[in-house]
Amino acid sequence: MTGNVLPSTLLKFRLVLRGAFALAIAVWLSGVARAQEITVQHIDADVKVLTDKFMKEHPGTKVNFRLVSYQSILESLPVQLGSGQGPDVSMVGDWGGLSRYYLDLRPYVDAGYFEREFGSVLVPMRGMDRKGNAINGMSGSMTLNGAFVNLTLFKQAREPLPKSGATWDDWAAAAVRVAKATRTEIPMEMDRSGHRFASLAISYGAKLVDDEGYPVIDEGLKTAIRTFVDWHRNGTMPMDLWGAVGGATHRDNFQDFMNGKVVFYFGGSWALFKMDSAVGELFEWAVVDAPCGISSCTVMPGGGAMVAFKHTKQPRLAAQFIAFLAREDNMREAMGRHTNIPVATTLVKTGVDYPGTSERVREALASFTRQVPKIPKDAYAFQGWRFQRAAMNSMTTRISQVLSNELDVDTAAAFIKKDVLLAIQAAKR
Amino acid sequence: MNAASRLNDKLVRFLWSVASLPARGMEPVMAGLQRALGVGRLPWVFLLPNLTIIAMFSALPVLINILYSITGSDNLYPGDRHFVGLSNYETLLSCESYLDPSTCSRDLFWRAVRNTLVFVPIQVTVMVAFALGTALALNRKIRARGFFRGIFFFPVMLSPVVVAMTWVWLLQRDGALNGMIGAIGFDRVSWLTDSARAFKWSIFVTVWAHMGFYMIILLAGLQSIPADIYEAAKMDRATPWRVFRRITLPLLKPVLLVVFILAVIRSVQTFDEIYILTGGGPGSATKLIVHYIYETGFAVMPRNYGLAAAASLLLGLVLFIFTAIQMRLSKGGRND
Repeated sequence: MTGNVLPSTLLKFRLVLRGAFALAIAVWLSGVARAQEITVQHIDADVKVLTDKFMKEHPGTKVNFRLVSYQSILESLPVQLGSGQGPDVSMVGDWGGLSRYYLDLRPYVDAGYFEREFGSVLVPMRGMDRKGNAINGMSGSMTLNGAFVNLTLFKQAREPLPKSGATWDDWAAAAVRVAKATRTEIPMEMDRSGHRFASLAISYGAKLVDDEGYPVIDEGLKTAIRTFVDWHRNGTMPMDLWGAVGGATHRDNFQDFMNGKVVFYFGGSWALFKMDSAVGELFEWAVVDAPCGISSCTVMPGGGAMVAFKHTKQPRLAAQFIAFLAREDNMREAMGRHTNIPVATTLVKTGVDYPGTSERVREALASFTRQVPKIPKDAYAFQGWRFQRAAMNSMTTRISQVLSNELDVDTAAAFIKKDVLLAIQAAKR
Repeated sequence: MNAASRLNDKLVRFLWSVASLPARGMEPVMAGLQRALGVGRLPWVFLLPNLTIIAMFSALPVLINILYSITGSDNLYPGDRHFVGLSNYETLLSCESYLDPSTCSRDLFWRAVRNTLVFVPIQVTVMVAFALGTALALNRKIRARGFFRGIFFFPVMLSPVVVAMTWVWLLQRDGALNGMIGAIGFDRVSWLTDSARAFKWSIFVTVWAHMGFYMIILLAGLQSIPADIYEAAKMDRATPWRVFRRITLPLLKPVLLVVFILAVIRSVQTFDEIYILTGGGPGSATKLIVHYIYETGFAVMPRNYGLAAAASLLLGLVLFIFTAIQMRLSKGGRND
């Protein structure tokens, strides 16, 4: 009897042991699976193509792709990061402002490659730590502000196109004449964005930020505001963007240009894709050289960067993913898909193919690329400033207040300084 | 007694014994608690679950808000923030002249306060007046009454964002309203780029969106007034105006008071519709206090949580005072 019971107990014990072992393996495997998982967010759905490619090349890893809005990148991401949450890797718009959350990729990637390819682009991602050599992310392409002109309207009005080196005033006057001759609704329009306005301000000599990282309110900024307000008052620009909305709200009316209602629209290179697909050959258009102010002919650089965050539990995998995005073939692929302007050294040297894009878009891209060497130091300094967004928000808000007669230009300028100083003070406390 | 009713009795007794099981189980616990705490303190035990929920979801956020308002930095974790005393309140309240917001340290806060002070009385008055008028009309036996009740209530069911977007499409430069005006040969009007017009449209849109809710409450109030009083008034040949003034209005007073309190609180909290419609503009013409708090705390970089928390506590204080006055008034109303 005992001889029968013992083997059955042993059998049961073995079964339990096997079960426990299998369970332990399953738990360990699921842990491993979780250990190889990161979340990536971007505003461009096509990034998913690259996350899929990454997973194929790195079996056993999982990259969850999250498509978000630009508003979410600007407003929700900082709050998530502030509470130690958020994705492992994300596109960021405020490069300098969020720099304290970035993961330094040096232990995981070929730092030399990043320095070679992205050089000066890495500086704004270091925020206040300008002299450091952290590698906080990558940006293979850049966006540039720029002016789109409706050539068909110029031809219809028999108005000669202002030449390269023409001032903002020249363009404004020409746009008004064309609008009058062709009965077009709007001579000039500019996105409601501090970034777009900064191009005008720097052209007029505004320094915006000093070497210590404090705001500069100078005659250049005030002249730019005055000129801009005058254009709204005399009908060169409509009130619908800057005059109709309050606060720091970003708005654009690029569809006005696509619908042939605007002679001159100051937007940015990201609109090329839309222009190619929506306008095509409906009318002739071009991107012209940056209009000049008293000081320079400037457009602001910008765009998104891809960064990994310190809170990630998978720093190696997150860094691997960034390195994967920074690989030449992947940058080339992403660039070709979206007609972006390259900044990676190799791509700038060898050029990028934009399969399927029209000749007009290629010309526009060449025009944008021509502006890059003209970008002054002040524009880069402003772009990488930690309080750039505070300054841009304030400029947008205060200029709108001048337009609706709540403030005069001097008071508005004083408030811009006060707003940014308060932001600096609040961040430092 | 027949078999069916006996079975029924048995079933009821069985169900009762099952239902009373937990109560019988709790009996010794309750008796023990009563002995330990005394009859006077026992109700607190029953209130404890609710008090815990209120503490977690109402009192705790207020305490956290106070903590944020007296600390600085753009860090979100309270532990990473530094004590700054009342400096956030000082920043908000410092003004050379309270009549001129441009002389204030935070001019937009004062502009928002001023706009709110103008917006709330006008919006509430217009809202309650229209809601009452509509309720009176829909309380009469008119044709398609149910349809019209649905029509007026419909905007309440829409998301505020949908409401605002709809009106943006109607009022923008190339919107439907300007399209109609253009079609009959008039020049287009800048509905949202003129400060005064934008303010009026903000009032209109919020009234349009929320009036249905108050209309339904008032309609219920009107229907609870006994019909025989109206019949008596009819026999006395009272004029409609006299009937309204002497019967409807006095009997509707408690409901009107509730509507008024709800409308004022909702009006002070107005945000979504105006945020989408005008973004607080032109300039700051339609910026209300909640919009200012949102913008300061969540929309501009770097986030100034301390200043936003201080502003929201000041708003809370004003609402608290206002509610206290309302409660006193409503008690007076009951005594009448």
